[in-house]
Amino acid sequence: MVVDQLSESEVDRLFHALADSTRRSIVVRAISGEHSVSSLAASYAMSFAAVQKHVAVLEQASLVTKEKRGREQIVRANRETVRKARQLLDEYEKIWRQRADRIADILAEDSED
Amino acid sequence: MAVIRTEKDPEALSLTVIAEFDAGVERVWQIWEDPRQLERWWGPPTWPATFDTHEFREGGSAGYYMTGPDGEKSRGWWKFTSIDAPHRLEFDDGFADESGGHVEAMGETHAVVTLEEAGDGRTRMTVVSRFESAEQLQQMLEMGMEEGLKQAMGQIDGILAERASV
Repeated sequence: MVVDQLSESEVDRLFHALADSTRRSIVVRAISGEHSVSSLAASYAMSFAAVQKHVAVLEQASLVTKEKRGREQIVRANRETVRKARQLLDEYEKIWRQRADRIADILAEDSED
Repeated sequence: MAVIRTEKDPEALSLTVIAEFDAGVERVWQIWEDPRQLERWWGPPTWPATFDTHEFREGGSAGYYMTGPDGEKSRGWWKFTSIDAPHRLEFDDGFADESGGHVEAMGETHAVVTLEEAGDGRTRMTVVSRFESAEQLQQMLEMGMEEGLKQAMGQIDGILAERASV
């Protein structure tokens, strides 16, 4: 199928990770460039530990990667996974586009009779 | 293309599809109401749907199966939760086991269909589908969607050939 193979638990982790507005915001920031966890923490009205937790959830869902650099933890977006999240709905959209076209074909027969 | 607009909400796991058809509201309603017309478009060409029950009334249920390219069958059920002919229809859609029992573990999709006059005898159909989980959505997609796009052309050919033979 067009959706790259993701296990069911991977898909669930993915959607769970994206269900939180702070985490979505972190992903958006991480897409535009790398950030340290401490610089991310400074951008949100929450503790370093809270931000670190959000990053951990995103990391488990493979939405971001975290890498130690000196005393800093650098967060980067995993673009591939972000893309996959939308793909599922894209696929379902395709189904409905095809259904709508088939309906149009059936309706077109009326005028031909 | 019949679809004029779609809206995707990955966080809410919902998809809105808006399509326009060159037919009146009453006529478009029939493609939902009449199981013989419904099964001509619900399943993709590689997984055609067969509805063996279709109680088109509020509280009624429908049972169908889709037959895959190797003869494998995927069963589904609908429960019509609201029907306001010919403008609005709501139903739950889920997986069924071989005897037609609901497979609760797979979750269900809730669909809201509205038909409105779009002028010039045309009809606008809006379908909002809401999923319970991403797992369920993926499972639905795996039900024969693999080659759906490629094969859609084949089905159109089939309908054209059928018309020619009428």
